[in-house]
Amino acid sequence: MISIILLSGFGIINLFVGFLKSKRILLPLSLLFLAIVFGINLLDWNDTQSYINNMITIDNFAVAFTGIMVLSTLLILPFTQHYITRNDENIGELYALILFSLVGAIMMVSYNNMLMLFIGIEILSIAMYVLAGSDKRSMRSAEAALKYFLMGSFFTGVMLFGIVMVYGATGTFNISEIASSAEAMGTGGVNNVMFMLGVLIIIIGISFKISAAPFHFWTPDVYEGTPTVWTAYMSTVVKTAGVAAFYKLMDAAFAASYPGWMPTLVAIIVLSLLIGNVGAVVQQSMKRMLAYSSISHAGYLLMTLLAFNEFSTSAILFYSFAYSLASITAFGVLQLVARQRGSENYEAFNGLGKTNPLLAFSVTVAMMSLGGIPLTAGFFGKFFVFSALIENPDMMWLIVVAVILAAVGIYYYFRVVIAMYLHPVAEGHTAIKTTSFINAMLIIITALTILLGIAPALLSGVL
Amino acid sequence: MITALLLFWPALAALLVLLIKGEGAKKVAFIATLVEFAIALFATVNFVPDATTQFALDMPWVERAGIGFSIGMDGISLLMVLLTTFLVPLIVLSSFKHDYKNPHVFYALVLFMQTGLIGVFVAMDAFLFYFFWEVALIPIYFIAAIWGGAHRIPVTFKFFVYTIFGSLFMLAAFIYLYFQTAGTELAAHSSNVNAFYQLTMDSATQSWIFWFLFLAFAIKMPVFPFHTWQPDTYTESPTQATMLLAGIMLKMGIYGVIRWLLPVVPLGVSQWANTVLVLSIIGIIYGSIIAIRQHDLKRLIAYSSIAHVGLISAGIFTLNEQGLQGGMIQMLSHGINVVGLFFIIDIIFRRTNTREISNLGGITQTTPALSIMFLILLMGSVALPLTNGFIGEFLLLSGVFQYNYYFGAVAGLTIILAAVYMLRMFQGVMFGTKSEATEGFADLTFHEKAVLIPLVIMVFWIGLFPNTFLDISEPAVGQLLSIINR
Repeated sequence: MISIILLSGFGIINLFVGFLKSKRILLPLSLLFLAIVFGINLLDWNDTQSYINNMITIDNFAVAFTGIMVLSTLLILPFTQHYITRNDENIGELYALILFSLVGAIMMVSYNNMLMLFIGIEILSIAMYVLAGSDKRSMRSAEAALKYFLMGSFFTGVMLFGIVMVYGATGTFNISEIASSAEAMGTGGVNNVMFMLGVLIIIIGISFKISAAPFHFWTPDVYEGTPTVWTAYMSTVVKTAGVAAFYKLMDAAFAASYPGWMPTLVAIIVLSLLIGNVGAVVQQSMKRMLAYSSISHAGYLLMTLLAFNEFSTSAILFYSFAYSLASITAFGVLQLVARQRGSENYEAFNGLGKTNPLLAFSVTVAMMSLGGIPLTAGFFGKFFVFSALIENPDMMWLIVVAVILAAVGIYYYFRVVIAMYLHPVAEGHTAIKTTSFINAMLIIITALTILLGIAPALLSGVL
Repeated sequence: MITALLLFWPALAALLVLLIKGEGAKKVAFIATLVEFAIALFATVNFVPDATTQFALDMPWVERAGIGFSIGMDGISLLMVLLTTFLVPLIVLSSFKHDYKNPHVFYALVLFMQTGLIGVFVAMDAFLFYFFWEVALIPIYFIAAIWGGAHRIPVTFKFFVYTIFGSLFMLAAFIYLYFQTAGTELAAHSSNVNAFYQLTMDSATQSWIFWFLFLAFAIKMPVFPFHTWQPDTYTESPTQATMLLAGIMLKMGIYGVIRWLLPVVPLGVSQWANTVLVLSIIGIIYGSIIAIRQHDLKRLIAYSSIAHVGLISAGIFTLNEQGLQGGMIQMLSHGINVVGLFFIIDIIFRRTNTREISNLGGITQTTPALSIMFLILLMGSVALPLTNGFIGEFLLLSGVFQYNYYFGAVAGLTIILAAVYMLRMFQGVMFGTKSEATEGFADLTFHEKAVLIPLVIMVFWIGLFPNTFLDISEPAVGQLLSIINR
């Protein structure tokens, strides 16, 4: 709870710092704020507390997810350095918005009441709509913001509709009370039309937020148009918060109604895996490829929702963090490359292995992690997700589908690696300029990815 | 402790080699691999030839889930480790006259791959096995893709995606098996090899698990019809990568069958053994016939390798002692022969710039040493008595005969067909009149001899005293058979 209050306060401070003539301090200040929040958040470990009439519960689940989300933000922000060096106008708002959006994200992982979930999603989303359009001179960015905003508001409305229907059927917003009243309906409320309809509509609403197919259609365009740093944020923190909220909702409120919503969720998973992986294969732009890959990762993450066992929360936590680390590197380096070479296509990466060995190596590790190859965190992410699901013998076929599509994933991730190491540098392309700060961040992210790939118990054991 | 040393020493050496720029890298790499071989020899001397897993190290890895960092060696593992540690120094030495760009990266990758290979052979935990299985793949992909021939990019990419595709099925099967195991007081399940051996499942379940696992191993070996990545990859890779692939990496697949397939799903194996034998025998005939038609020396050996591996896989799926022991000894022999033959092709290629049989000829006239060594390795491949190939193929064929006469008869054609393509190759390359390309062909240099002589010695050693090696694996193979037939 303190972290929510602190982040709101820090956001306002950032807004005021934005009025200063020299905005250099914004970045280090934001990083400091995030570091403080990260530390204070950990104080709540093993100390479950409820706040605001039991609407928010800070338990270990919330602390762990808050931790990885704050850490991801901390690792993303260094890639905004060019805002500072260019001394752009009005960047104080961006740094304030990112902290505000984290408030929403934390509420999404600690809610105990549907209203809080809704408010959390809105706080997060509204900040994201603005960030998507933050590159005011770019048409693409404006288009992305508008698309995201229109679709996003529509689906938030849909979700609210679902929440209301569930309220109508159960008479409460509290997720544990929903669960008990669903049980009271018999067979988990599967036969109560209003209740089940509400549940399915909520599923659709959240699926949109985590860009799961078939509610993914905004993803490639919005990801492409949004300034790359904020795309990284979108595909890491927003997705982590969304999936964690989704899991918590299904586990705490609708677990008993499993037979009612399982087929829908399975369809969403299969479609996400299929559309994400196949869509990514045909892309020429790395950014669009990463957008499609993010759809497919939503599919993998949602697989954990089909089995509530001791592995599920760990699996989501581990997978989200592994995916976040890899995405930050991928988007971060993509931003550097695209800014200097003017293209987001694979060809822009040609010869990066020669000109920038460090960048190339970190992207290679990131791609291996996204593809789920051992020695990287991504392997254990996939491993834990499959483990969580495999106890459910009816779902063997789904694992087979996921396995085949994971091999497809290797194909497009390695196109980047091939471009970097096997294709010659294009005429006139020089080494990508980076700063030692960004280099240090890349080294930390890469080291973390490999560390978690060798010693997964460091993170998998916490929940 | 020795196992851990064997496992981590090449990785450490790889890091060291990365720091050395320029020509020093290959010398350091060579010394590091020699040290590794010495450690393996030390382990062999201290090895007690019984069925137990020795030099074991068992540490928790993901403790809560019962996944251990369990390594150790029984006779089967030890033979594979010996093969790996014996061949890698020779492979490194064989590259001494090559000028690869970025040599430090090249040799670091070779050493790193050795860690992966040793890891596969000593892992006593399913997930650790899978881990090293993929770890071995990454460096060889980069070696082949960076230093390979003109079409290297699509070819190696196919190889990479194909093998990962297979191994993901293995992972799924392992996870399933893992959830069937009984746990300990610490964790609900265990992925230790012994826990897998104690599993009893109905035959329908074993049947699909068999295919999940077999797919991964069959792609790696490769068994017909999963071999399509192999000839192109062998041809396009730099010679050292081809040696690593054919000499050692292919054995990962066979080893995987022996350790993780046969004893884990014996009912599945008995259901599908006929199918696998038929596929393997098709592979023998198919590989041999295509080899006869090849003009490119490297492709010829690549196809001959499909034929030889077909016989090994047929032998081990017969599930009798001759078949399995023959498979063990033939893995060693095939590794030795194929590395030698690829090296000789590399020698010829570097002097003449061609691998086309029709462009070559008359090399024997100026090269007594090369001719003799080539002939010996070739005879090993053809399975002439007194050479290593004879022991392996004899045991394998007698295993297949015990299983089924007809299968044995067809599989036996391998000896005749091998003689056809091998002698045809030798005749075209070494005899006849000199061509433009082979004019002034120089005999072996000191380095080349240093690589070939140990290989030739091993051809005779295994051929004359096979018991040195058969005795190491015999108890372990016996125990494995008792687990399979329980």
